[in-house]
Amino acid sequence: MAGNVSPFSPHDVASVDDVIAALAAQSYLADEGLATAIFLALRLRRPILLEGEAGVGKTEVAKALATWSGGDFIRLQCYEGIDAAQAVYEWDYSKQLLHLRAAEAAGATEGVAVADLEDALYDERFLVRRPLLQALSASVADSGTPSVLLIDEVDRADDEFEAFLLEILSEYAVTIPEVGEFRAEVPPVVVITSNRTRDVHDALKRRCLYHWVAHPSVEREVEILRVRAPHVPLALARDVALVAAELRDMGLYKPPGVAETLDWAEALVLIGADDLDPEAIEFTVGTLLKYREDQERARARGFGDILSSVLGA
Amino acid sequence: MVTAQRTLDRHLVRFADALRTAGLPVPLASTLEFGRAVAEVGADRRDGVYWAGRATLVHRPEDIPLYDEVFEQQWLGAIGRGRPATVPSPVTLLLDEPGGDDDDERESETPDSDVLSVRFSRVEVLSARDFAECSDDELAELHELMARLRFSGESRRCRRMRPNTRSGRLDLRRTVRAALRTEGEALYRSYLEPGERPRRLVLLLDVSGSMEAYARALIRFVHAATVGRRDVEAFALGTRLTRLTRELSTRDPDAALARAAEAVTDWSGGTRLGDGLRLFNDAWGVRGMARGAVVVVLSDGWDRGDPAVMSEQMQRLSRVAHRIVWVNPLKATPGYAPLAQGMAAALPHVDEFLEGHNLDSLEILAEAITRE
Repeated sequence: MAGNVSPFSPHDVASVDDVIAALAAQSYLADEGLATAIFLALRLRRPILLEGEAGVGKTEVAKALATWSGGDFIRLQCYEGIDAAQAVYEWDYSKQLLHLRAAEAAGATEGVAVADLEDALYDERFLVRRPLLQALSASVADSGTPSVLLIDEVDRADDEFEAFLLEILSEYAVTIPEVGEFRAEVPPVVVITSNRTRDVHDALKRRCLYHWVAHPSVEREVEILRVRAPHVPLALARDVALVAAELRDMGLYKPPGVAETLDWAEALVLIGADDLDPEAIEFTVGTLLKYREDQERARARGFGDILSSVLGA
Repeated sequence: MVTAQRTLDRHLVRFADALRTAGLPVPLASTLEFGRAVAEVGADRRDGVYWAGRATLVHRPEDIPLYDEVFEQQWLGAIGRGRPATVPSPVTLLLDEPGGDDDDERESETPDSDVLSVRFSRVEVLSARDFAECSDDELAELHELMARLRFSGESRRCRRMRPNTRSGRLDLRRTVRAALRTEGEALYRSYLEPGERPRRLVLLLDVSGSMEAYARALIRFVHAATVGRRDVEAFALGTRLTRLTRELSTRDPDAALARAAEAVTDWSGGTRLGDGLRLFNDAWGVRGMARGAVVVVLSDGWDRGDPAVMSEQMQRLSRVAHRIVWVNPLKATPGYAPLAQGMAAALPHVDEFLEGHNLDSLEILAEAITRE
């Protein structure tokens, strides 16, 4: 099944299982909940809002979707103070000024109406397309394959930007006063992520399908490790997932996410540890726990103790 | 076929209704969306309805347990285990109706002289009066005064630029626009400078037993701080952490307080301040909310937990916050020394230590928050 769904026209995806299979072919293992949300986002042509702890693979979803569809992958990283000029479009002012000087030097500006000068200046060739505009116009070009637009960490932007985003996402169109309207012929697949450092506005949430990405179960994490880091031996992958799950229950400041367990498994392979022992953990704990207090808490309990309690030895 | 569809639709609508009854806000648009989602996923798929609803009806992780429960009742035919949480909490906020038992007191306090001057002096007396010693009527009056408190908060530079006529970074957009009017010559130049926006204000109100006399008055202050300003967050700290921002965001203080009271399940419960702070740090504060913010803790510092936890959590908070203001109503007590273990542990990490036992002291606090 996985073979014949790629590349896809997303609205042709027939079932949730198709989504699971197609993402698995991109080395992304989605559980039923996430796959359903993605399936619905594709079929209903709605953006999907993914919230969850850092490092659970929210951003990866968008990348996997893009490789699956073969469409453009366009990423907008949000940050404080981001505005339309950085997110949608800007005019290339230096080119515009140069154009003006050239026109002036050629004597073309004298007696020309301001409106005509403006027309020459606000031409598409002076337009700098930022990610949102790219996403709306890129889909037009290709053969019906939508682009995948990732709006990453939307919680870092401010409310003004959110309101503005809402406008674009409800119409999949943007109007540039000097040029006209850009409307996506095929709406892009939109993935929005948030680390939930603040609440995203309700209006934006209502516009989106919502999924809370939780830490994976041990079995799933073993599968993920096997897929993403195939050179990690199965036994080691299992132990790594068990220890990670145990650490997540210890009330740490920053419980390890999938990204950290992947790093950790890689590190263990690199230092040649075939199975887990307290010493190997001590050497590599920096890839897993990134707060001094967390490391100390784990150490205080004893790596040996953690190991014996999860491995039941 | 059509009838089957109808039956299903009815089930879906009933489910959405049940969610609403259980307290989950479900707008009509979401119900329609849910219907479409189920149609896409197919009702025959195991878990299909469940996940379709999760994606369309639930918008916050906190709502997931409630959703699960209602789902179980509605779709799996499970007999309701009786959710105690929908039972209205037995909290009555003091000011809503003036208590009957202090009528005599009010009468004895009303002197027979000129009404205007009496009111004036009454305000003066009241604003210096300890909240814990106020009658219900006096509290009600104080609350009205508190509702008038407004403050704007500190500002900080931000990355959103604003136009400026003289100096800063060249604003090419405006400059080019202006050049069009001067035959392409950029005679008039515009500039940009970094804008300012208010620092986020985070209020943590201790609602545990030892604070009871003050918490009900202070939450008014918290409400006054929340209204009319963006970027204010409010939490109740008790045996657990309750976010009040949404509840307090209406302009009607009575409605806001009623809703906040519903949200806080542990009014006057035990005191584990350090743990409460840890919850705040983990779930919100250190992840971004307290970063660069002015954090105001309204608490007497009584903590039955381990003082080491308190100290550690305050240290974490102080590493991300711009400023920590601690408001302790007991500080005004003559001869007060911060002997409460929690308070002693917290104090080294506090930038400003203030009283908060009466209206005057809250005005000082409002000033402290506003100060640059």
